[in-house]
Formats: sequence, structure tokens, C-alpha cells
Amino acid sequence: MLRDITIGQYYSVQSKIHQMDPRFKIIASMLYLISLFLVNQIIAYTAVLIFIGSVIKLSKVPINYILKGLKPVFMLIIFAFLINVFLTSGTGDPIFKFGFVTIYLEGVERAFFMAIRLVLLIIGTSLLTLTTSPIELTDGIEYLLSPFKKIGLPAHELAMMMTIALRFIPTLLEETDKIMKAQMARGADFESGNLMNRAKALIPLLVPLFISAFRRADELAMAMEARCYRGGEGRTRLNVLRYSSLDLYGLFVMVLYLAVCIIL
Amino acid sequence: MIKTEGLFFKYDDEKDENKYALKNINLNIVDGEFVVIIGHNGSGKSTLSKLFNGIYYPTDGKIYIDGLDTSDESQIWEIRKRAGMVFQNPDNQLVATIVEEDVAFGPENLGLPSEEIRARVDEALESVKMSAFKRKPPHHLSGGQKQRVAIAGILAMKPRCIIFDEPTAMLDPSGRKEVMQTIAHLNKDEKMTIVHITHFMDEAVEADRILVMDEGEIVLEGKPKEVFSQVEKLKEIGLDVPQVTLLSFELNQMGYAVNKENLTVDELVENLCQLK
Amino acid sequence: MSIKIMDLTHVYDLKTPNETIAINHIDLEVETGEFIGLIGHTGSGKSTLIQQMNGLLKPTSGEIIISGYNITEGLNRPINKKKKVTKAESTQRKKRLIEVRKRVGLVFQYPEYQLFEETVEKDIAFGPINLGLEEAEVKLRVKNAMEVVGLDYEAYKERSPFELSGGQKRRVAIAGVLAMKPEVLILDEPTAGLDPKGRDEILGQIKSLHANEKITVIIVSHSMEDMAKVASRLIVMNKGMIVLDGTPKIVFKQIDLLEEIGLAVPQISYLIRALNTAGFSMDETINTVEEAKDALIQILNKRIG
Repeated sequence: MLRDITIGQYYSVQSKIHQMDPRFKIIASMLYLISLFLVNQIIAYTAVLIFIGSVIKLSKVPINYILKGLKPVFMLIIFAFLINVFLTSGTGDPIFKFGFVTIYLEGVERAFFMAIRLVLLIIGTSLLTLTTSPIELTDGIEYLLSPFKKIGLPAHELAMMMTIALRFIPTLLEETDKIMKAQMARGADFESGNLMNRAKALIPLLVPLFISAFRRADELAMAMEARCYRGGEGRTRLNVLRYSSLDLYGLFVMVLYLAVCIIL
Repeated sequence: MIKTEGLFFKYDDEKDENKYALKNINLNIVDGEFVVIIGHNGSGKSTLSKLFNGIYYPTDGKIYIDGLDTSDESQIWEIRKRAGMVFQNPDNQLVATIVEEDVAFGPENLGLPSEEIRARVDEALESVKMSAFKRKPPHHLSGGQKQRVAIAGILAMKPRCIIFDEPTAMLDPSGRKEVMQTIAHLNKDEKMTIVHITHFMDEAVEADRILVMDEGEIVLEGKPKEVFSQVEKLKEIGLDVPQVTLLSFELNQMGYAVNKENLTVDELVENLCQLK
Repeated sequence: MSIKIMDLTHVYDLKTPNETIAINHIDLEVETGEFIGLIGHTGSGKSTLIQQMNGLLKPTSGEIIISGYNITEGLNRPINKKKKVTKAESTQRKKRLIEVRKRVGLVFQYPEYQLFEETVEKDIAFGPINLGLEEAEVKLRVKNAMEVVGLDYEAYKERSPFELSGGQKRRVAIAGVLAMKPEVLILDEPTAGLDPKGRDEILGQIKSLHANEKITVIIVSHSMEDMAKVASRLIVMNKGMIVLDGTPKIVFKQIDLLEEIGLAVPQISYLIRALNTAGFSMDETINTVEEAKDALIQILNKRIG
């Protein structure tokens, strides 16, 4: 059902990775992404695989669950693979030639690495959301961005917007479902017809949805003000982020990993 | 606790010069009182509640919350801290994705230290009996549960008074019951001043005082028995009375010695037994 | 016969860990012209049931026949994604759905939130136009539907529905379904959030519509007092099954059972029970103020006399 959709798919278990500070996890994920573009040797890829494999193991998220997340982007990976296979020109003899299609060994090699890189990239980023609840993630982002407040970056406002968006996504999905059914009961047809007709058929859905979203925003603003909300100034937090020794170990592993990547 | 003097209010976008949403409201709600304001839609009852909380300012007259003047902008946050407000739609007043984070929203805005916030959140959730749900996302809760979380969010700011703006209008009977029990608990056990706005007459039976609003004015005021026995007046402005009161009233009108002021089943039964 | 439901079952998330049975082998027959109150607490399966009766949900098993037309047939969305849906198939499905909606009108809870057109007239016309009716017929139906809900056609047709008051919006939305002239009208809590006056107005309009047009009406409601006043038959649902079915008099006698499943009875029913415990001998099927008054007058007169 619609209400069970969780954005970013947080996998709720207790693990060493889950317990780490979100700020550290965000930064580590970024470093990991950079590392992927540094490596280009089989052996280096093995190092990356060992690293990400151990992180998955530690996170207690079932590997199948993570691989399932790859499904929607599977086509993208195939596409990237084929583009690289066909469009890379090599120096040696082509291994395959038919009409205007020429495939070089370098192409296959490059395509292969590209696909692996993409898969690793997606696994890495989904691990971040799988092990970090949306709330921690928002907190982490707010903390990490707060130094940039001085140059006018609205860190608190951004985080607040993210929180509210996350809070209202299920509500609005439920509402969409309800309005759609109500209009279908009045004979509206959302399923058939050409593109133009289908776009037109969305009006009875979108107008009520927008009106309701605005009304909600209005009421929410009033409720927030009634609860003394006046922006980020002077606000404290229930859960203050604190680095623990876990993050120190993590940092140590991360530095080691990066060193390996650079050397290889 | 809440005092109004010659209060008039007109919406800014109202074109009609003489159309006031509220007319000459003079009120004095004392500490620990449980006041219910009833009236049909558009009678001005919700508008009044928004003035109590400094969301709107009076066009004329004064409102004092705990001695503080709501038209004094420098006091507005202090007023909102002392007089909390719970709204009608439970979905549109919860801010965070986790129950306890939402309850913490108010205290966080007040800039309290995190240990203090933690203590208040736990206490507030305990008070509305929602502790078991503190790590749950709000959209997995029922309407009544969401509304209790909203109440906890206000409690965590430690107000002296809570204004409920039709908190039960969108709930099913069991949700309504949950919220009404919570309100009764806050008033009786925690000695909180309560202003409850509703159009469900049965929710007013337990009040210390009922104010009936119509066309922006207070037309009836008194103890539940006094107000509900005015069956004709209430019907005239389109409001209900509990069935038992209606029955007592009609029997009384026909000359039987039945007390017009019966509000509950037990009272009427006892009354009828005496006639036996 | 108006509605015949046979061995109806609905399971959400079939064959997943979240599997929940919303409707559990229901059999039900409704005669044309009945006025039914459908009662049950949140999650008892009543919303699932009414959505099935409108073809919005396809039952897991079982059939619903509305005046001889099997509405559960041919609702299957083409499941095989690889096979391209032929135009004929999708037109066929569309036609069947329109046939369903001609017969059964469903007004959702808080229907005013589905208004979207610029004017009241256009919004009410949305349903009839979708049914493929002629312009003149559509106009006539809009006029009639507005009359039924007590909105003056000339005064309101050009108004924007968004400028109206809450109660008026609700009536425009109800008119939008009435204009489809269904044989069976289902309303999900049509009075939710209204004040007593607005509630009495809408219930009164539905009641006179029922009396004049001889259609079948099903109202989902939480208010036992209202149902005692308007319904001729009550159906009480719990955990996806029908637990009580009969006239309000018969149903409201079961105070203990109703309370056990989280429902209540009108205050008058409680009064009668308390009086009988206190030694009065009153008819335990009394559930309105009027009836109670008449019965009490008799008893009191006897005592005095």
C-alpha cells in the first residue's frame, strides 16, 4: 500500500554502522564516491569490494535487500555498459567488426569497469540511507552545512524543509489515492487515451491536490508558530549529535582504505 | 488566566465595514477552569481561539493571557508558551517524522538544554499514554493517537492553559473518546486550565462552564445544566442538546415534575424513580 | 432486488507478510428502496466494502450484482505487462466501469476536497459528462441535483466552488454524484465535521431524495442517533464480517455486543435499559426521544391516575 513507502528506504536494525554519527557517514560516503573514480585496476576494485563487503556485513542489512535496490537502475547500467562497449575506440585490432559496429578490447574492458563502478556507487549511497534514518540524515546535513551559514546558506531552513517534506510525503500519497478514487467514482478515467487525454485527465486530480497541499501548508505554519517556532535562531535539539569512539575507528578504517586506493 | 475586555475582531479581507467576526466579548476564565465554547460553524468560536494565542490581534479591545497583553508583540512568544493550542486537523500540526521528535519541537524552539527536553518529552508522552509509540512515524497512527501526540507536543512546553480548537471534529467515536479522556485528565489531575471548542454537545457535559456563541457574540453562558436546559434557545441557533436533556425538557413542558436540568442517564432515571 | 453480494472476500497485500483480510466471506441482499445504515469502527471493512460496490476495488473472490448486472466481472486490469493492451480491451474495461458507475454512486468522506472546476455547474457536470450524456441532459441533471441539495441553480451555477462555505461545498460535491442518477447511492459519513444544523440539512435532503426517487441509499455513519432517525435497516460490521443486520430497533437492543466491538447505542437506548433495571417495564426497542416520551407519558399518567 501507498502508506508503506519509505523514502530512501531506511533498514531498521541495530548495528555498528547504524550507530555511527550521521555526519561521519555522510562524509565517509562522499570519500567513498571519490575513491571509486581513483581506482582503475582489477586489484584496486578488489580492495573496494572487500571494503564495501565488510561494511555491508557490519551493517547487518541483508545483501539481497541491497541488490533489490539495484533493480530500478539495472537498465541504466546496461545502457552505460553498451555505450562504452560501442563507442570506445582502441589501438589494437578490433575483436569484433560488423558493418559500422566495431568493438575493441579496450571498450569491453572500460564498459566492464564502468558498470562495476556504477553498481558500487549505487550500493554505497543506498548503504548510507539504509543505515541512517531520515531524521539523522537531515540532522547530519544541517550540522555539516552550518559552517556555511556565514556565507548566507540557510542550513537550518533546508533541513527543516527536508523534514517537513519527509513528514508529508505519506500524507500526500494517501490523499492522492483518495482523490483519485473519488474522481474515478465520478467516472474519471486515468488509464486510457493518448498522452494529451491522459494529461488532461490529471486536472481533476492535481487541482484538489494542490489546493489541499496549500491548505495544509497554511495550517502547519500556524501550528508551528503556535508552538513558538521562529526559525533556527536560539533553537536547541532533543538529540545532539556526538561523535563516539566508533566514529574514530571508522575514520581510521576510512583513511587506510583511501590510502590503499591511492597507492593502487 | 484568560481575560478579554470589550473585544471586537474583523478580518482584514472583510469588505463590509460593519461585519465583525467577534463582537463585544467580555470573558474571564480563571485558573484551573474547564470552559467549553460551543457554536455552529461560522459563529466565531474558532476565530476567538486564534486571538487567545496571538495568531490574530484584536481590532478593538484587549485580551490578557496570564496578565500579558496579546497585542504587545514583544510578549507574543511568552504568551504562546503559556497558552498552548491544539488544532482540528491532526495531520496538519505534526512537524516531524518520528513521534518523540515532534513532541520535542516546541521545547526545542524554546531553546531548552537537551536533557531537559528529553525529560519533558518522556513526561508529556506518558501523560497522554503514548510512550509506547515514541519511535513511530505519525502516519502509522490513528487519528485519535495523532491528536494525543499533538497534545503531548503542547504539554512539553509546560503551558498553564491549553486551547483546543475543535480537536475532535475529524475523529471517529473512539478517537473522540481518547481525546476527551486526555482533556479530562489534564484538567482534573494536572490542574490545567482548558478551553475546549467544539460543536459536539455531549463533550460539554463535564465542563465547569459553557459559553454558547452565535454570530460572533456570546449568547448563553453558565454551568452545563443551566445552558442545556435552555433547549428552545439552543434549537433556535441550530444547536443540539443531549437526548436525555431534550426528553426531560419535553416532559417538563407537558407539566410532569421532571427536572429540565437532567444531563445524564442516571440523573433522569433517579428523577423518574422519585415520581414513581 | 437491488443489491446481491455473494461470498465476497477482500484481502490486501495478498501473499505478502502484510496480508490483511478486510472482508471475510460476506453475503448480503438489499431490496430496492431500502435505506441502510452501515456501521462499524475504523478498520472494520466498511470502506473496503463500499469501494468494491463502486468497482474501485476488485474483490479477491466473490460477486456483487447490482440490479441484475454483475459489477465484479470484467474489471480485471490486463495483468500481463509484456502483452500490449489492445485498444478494444481497454475500451471494453472502460465501458464496464461506466456501467457500474451509472448504477452505483459513491460519495466519499469529506467530498468537498475533490472539487476542482471553476464553477459549480461545471463541477457537478463532470460526472454526467464522463457518462457520455448529451449536453441538454447534463444541464438538466445538474439543475435537478442542485435542487435536491438545496442550492439555487441560477444563483450558484456561475460561482466558484472554492468561495462557498464548508457546508455548501459539501452539497455541491454530493450533487456531483447525484447528477449521475445512480440506482444505489452510497455516502461515506456525509455529515462528518458538520455542525448540527448542517448535519440535519444534509440528512433531510438525503431522506427526501430517497422518498421521492425510490432509490436505494446506504449511509456509512458513526452517529447512532442519526441512524436511529433515518435508516430502515442497520448493518453492523466488525473484523470484515457482518455481525448484526436488522432494523434499528433490533440492532440497538444488542447494547453489550455493540459496546464490545467499540460502538455505542443512542443515549435513549441506554436510558431505557437503566430504567428497566430500576424497575420500569419499558419496551426495550425504544431508541428515539419521541418514542421514549410517549412511553414515559403513559407510565407517568398511570402512576398519577
